[in-house]
Amino acid sequence: MTAVAVNNLSKVYATKKETIDAVQHVSFDVARGELFGIIGPDGAGKTSLFRMLTTLLLPDGGSATVDGSDIVKDYEAIRQKVGYMPGRFSLYQDLTVEENLNFFATIFNTTVGANYDIIKDIYVQIEPFKKRRAGKLSGGMKQKLALSCALIHRPVVLFLDEPTTGVDAVSRKEFWEMLKRLKQQGITILVSTPYMDEAALCDRVALMQKGKILSAGTPASIINAFNNTILAVKSEKMFQLLRDLKAWQGTEDSYSFGEYHHAVMKKEFSEEQLQNYLVEKGHPDVEIKPTQPNIEDCFMQLMQS
Amino acid sequence: MRTLQFLLQKEFRQIFRDPAILRVIFVVPVLQLLLLPWAADYEVRNIKLTIVDHDHSDYARRLISKVTASGYFQLDQYTDSYNKALKEIEVDKADVVVEIPINFEKNLVRENEATLFLAINAINGVKAGLASSYLQSIIRDFNNQVRTEWIQIPRFSPEINIDVRSSNWFNPLMNYKFFMVPGILVMLVTIVGSFLTSLNIVKEKEIGTIEQINVTPVKKYHFILGKLIPFWILGLFILTIGLFIAWLLYGIVPVGSLFTIYVFAAVYLLAVLGFGLLISTFSNSQQQAMLVTFFLFMIFILLGGLYTPIDSMPVWAQWFTKFNPVTYFIEVMRLVILKGSTLSDILPHISIILIFAFVLNTWAVINYKKRA
Repeated sequence: MTAVAVNNLSKVYATKKETIDAVQHVSFDVARGELFGIIGPDGAGKTSLFRMLTTLLLPDGGSATVDGSDIVKDYEAIRQKVGYMPGRFSLYQDLTVEENLNFFATIFNTTVGANYDIIKDIYVQIEPFKKRRAGKLSGGMKQKLALSCALIHRPVVLFLDEPTTGVDAVSRKEFWEMLKRLKQQGITILVSTPYMDEAALCDRVALMQKGKILSAGTPASIINAFNNTILAVKSEKMFQLLRDLKAWQGTEDSYSFGEYHHAVMKKEFSEEQLQNYLVEKGHPDVEIKPTQPNIEDCFMQLMQS
Repeated sequence: MRTLQFLLQKEFRQIFRDPAILRVIFVVPVLQLLLLPWAADYEVRNIKLTIVDHDHSDYARRLISKVTASGYFQLDQYTDSYNKALKEIEVDKADVVVEIPINFEKNLVRENEATLFLAINAINGVKAGLASSYLQSIIRDFNNQVRTEWIQIPRFSPEINIDVRSSNWFNPLMNYKFFMVPGILVMLVTIVGSFLTSLNIVKEKEIGTIEQINVTPVKKYHFILGKLIPFWILGLFILTIGLFIAWLLYGIVPVGSLFTIYVFAAVYLLAVLGFGLLISTFSNSQQQAMLVTFFLFMIFILLGGLYTPIDSMPVWAQWFTKFNPVTYFIEVMRLVILKGSTLSDILPHISIILIFAFVLNTWAVINYKKRA
């Protein structure tokens, strides 16, 4: 059974000067108990999509259901059973950790005690600071508190809007481990992120760009769909190298990737031809090695087409 | 019910943890009641007077001493040149010039009439008007005095004379503080009701907590009641502090019953809270809410009869005051505190404010959306 079914969902923001199609005919399904990632750069429409699914925003077209309830008609039912953690920390800064948690438990008509098991793993880490005001917590602790508050009513579906943006690498890793444990408890999780490397941690992902979903599937299937050869190229003059790669007829696309440049090869050209071309262009020391495409490569290619 | 109870608990916690709100609650009433009644006193004293005396006669001197003895005027200069006196006005050392012409005494004695010249600096219209009327009445008095000295008044005056003696009811000494303080109490209650309410809700919008509330099953009316009830209580609390200070500093004890004041204030706060709520539904930032509330508050206060009587306003402005809730509260406060009006006397006021409360709150609730 699907936990979230999105069908042709659209949202348009109209101002006097222009209309912005924030979300355009987006469709996807999320299965129960799945950890589903929506990956896309800033402005891709991730937040608008989440706000529609959490009944904060009315869609302009299409439909969607969350746990079988329609997001327009049955919004009251949805509010009972989803948890939402917005990208920006939005708990009461002048209430303490404990008071925030109690407050959100109460307005969902439950108590912290009744659902303690679900937040225990996360909450024990901030429990020593439970008398501290939320505004005085560090970034990582704020995030844990926000997650605890979003979980306290035992939601069926959890929406996390860019939870790892602006969080350090260690905390990000920790956060994803927490998500995995939550998944084991049977909660369906939708998470949006601008970080491509986090895609591999999801069961399935949807790549989103300019309001449209470019591709959706398991990270492996998306990578499998990528059928060009990718060569990692490095030389002394990296900037010149990128320009030469872009200028060459044999590459479909090329972009910098860590300490290498990635060159997406056209099918009819080979590694040798590239080597010859680059040496000719004044890169005698050029180092070329074949590499496995990852989500980022797929994303770059999908954006091109 | 449990939800509302928790919303209220949260709201009160936040209010008491916010030093700015606490300051508003305790410092504003004290300062306003301490300062404003003194500033808003219409009795003009210390009018600076320059006398140009060309006559130097006995009568002239008597007139001068009568004017300066009145207590309203302060003699700035005694000169014999009008130009000099005008200079004094130009450098703002004098407000009024009285010129006593040459042969003032002679004319008065021989011709039975004499002329005087008054020049008044009218930059401050209120002061000029009052100065001129004070002076005229002092001179009239002087005139009568002179006449009684000369004419042997018969036992029964042949002239028919109407002597007007007035008595100021409800404020026998015409004490302006008695008039201003009730109005300032209204200002206080209005500030708490409108500013704090609108700012509080918009603050939740600004920091995003309102979204977090909106995704919960909290009912719209629960949320709104959770916001209004604390400020309703706070408004009545401020009124209590204000009444206490009014008694402590100015000895103002309401002639009417406190109960009547509180009944009206309770209803009035409903209207003002609705007003604050309405503004908050239109604003996205605290600045916006603050500016809009401030703008409307100024109009309400200035067109509410706090400083100037409504009867002296042009007709269109008088019509406007009918749509201004502040007008009714100021009137009721003065009626109850000074005159001792009872609930049945102010029933029309209460019903009008109830209509205000109903319209403003309904509008605000319709306008408040949990989803965009």
